[in-house]
Amino acid sequence: MSSDETVADIRGVLAEQARLPVDPGSLGVDEDLFGAGMTSHASVNVMLALEDRFDIEFPDAMLTRDAFSSIGAIASAVSSLKAETPAG
Amino acid sequence: MAPTVREASADQAEFLDELLAAGLLLDSGVPGVYGHDETFEDVRERLADRLSAEAAQRGAQRLRFPPVLPRRQLESSGYLSSFPHLAGNVYAFDGDEGAAQRQSERAAAHEDWSEFQQPTELSMMPAACYPVYPAIARRGRLPEGGVFVDAGGAWVFRHEPSHDPMRRQIFHQHELVRIGEPDAVLEWRDEWANRGLEILRGLGLPAELDVANDPFFGRRGRMLARNQQADKLKLELLVPIAGPEPTACASFNHHRDHFGSTYGLELADGSTAHTACLGFGHERIVLAMLRIHGLDPARWPVSVRAQLWPQKGRDERVEHD
Repeated sequence: MSSDETVADIRGVLAEQARLPVDPGSLGVDEDLFGAGMTSHASVNVMLALEDRFDIEFPDAMLTRDAFSSIGAIASAVSSLKAETPAG
Repeated sequence: MAPTVREASADQAEFLDELLAAGLLLDSGVPGVYGHDETFEDVRERLADRLSAEAAQRGAQRLRFPPVLPRRQLESSGYLSSFPHLAGNVYAFDGDEGAAQRQSERAAAHEDWSEFQQPTELSMMPAACYPVYPAIARRGRLPEGGVFVDAGGAWVFRHEPSHDPMRRQIFHQHELVRIGEPDAVLEWRDEWANRGLEILRGLGLPAELDVANDPFFGRRGRMLARNQQADKLKLELLVPIAGPEPTACASFNHHRDHFGSTYGLELADGSTAHTACLGFGHERIVLAMLRIHGLDPARWPVSVRAQLWPQKGRDERVEHD
């Protein structure tokens, strides 16, 4: 999966779970999602939906505000976890 | 169900034994559920009066609620997502005479009789501020300047049995609630955190203010806790009483628009209100005073007694000396 696809999937998860007052498609990859209106509870729902979507599990150390603060931050977290998972 | 009971440290266990031996706490046989004697209640009631007086001076209106919450409100509040491990619900019998007979026999033998019980429309009160938000929302849009409510020292329930005398399953949480404009609410929270610190230090307690988080459940909860810490949404007043960690005796919580959007709390201009609440744990504060000043309040320092018994502090001290 290319990083473009990953970013598109992340935008899809945000559209379903982040309850942002704006369209996630219009947000830049470095834009602050909490600044855009994502609540703490919504960020947790985003985290759980990302785990389902990408078949990964965020380790405890990654369950932080920073790891979910922008599309770019989420993409790098997802990529690092997918790299550890054998393809199958 | 036999829940796991949290163990006490050696000094917590010793403190509990002293409180029971002195008769200040009355044992129920269930960890974390105690009665109070007159001496304990006198201090607790004075503390409640003091907190309510501080709030009344600053324009608080008093509202009082029973210690049960409509179950539908618990369901819509998000509490079961954040704190499923602490919630308690009220169940009641549902069945015919035969079922009543079988229930009675099993209960008398201390066997499982839960199959005869159904949830009622009530839950145990998880936090004293919960009934305040819908009550205020039902009045319609907030007046200019918002509202300030003193919900009093209400009984609240947390299912976390423990042998630590500071960790109760049911205790008095004295909540003050502010509902209003975002900036005003945050300012009020911070102002009261400092006032709370002064009040506890005035009672001779070595309190410290620190950033804290709620005991959210599971992995979801670890992330919520870290977010809460990062945003400094919860402050606590910590006092060393017994055990390896200091005990949180009061908390100052900023909810942003969480309850405002849940209950439709609207400012005068129709936008969503922000909320904050303060919770003073009556029993923990009284226990801290008993631990630090001794088990006989009549012999506490005059300066401490004067905070709770403003007129009589000096005279009574003379009598007892």
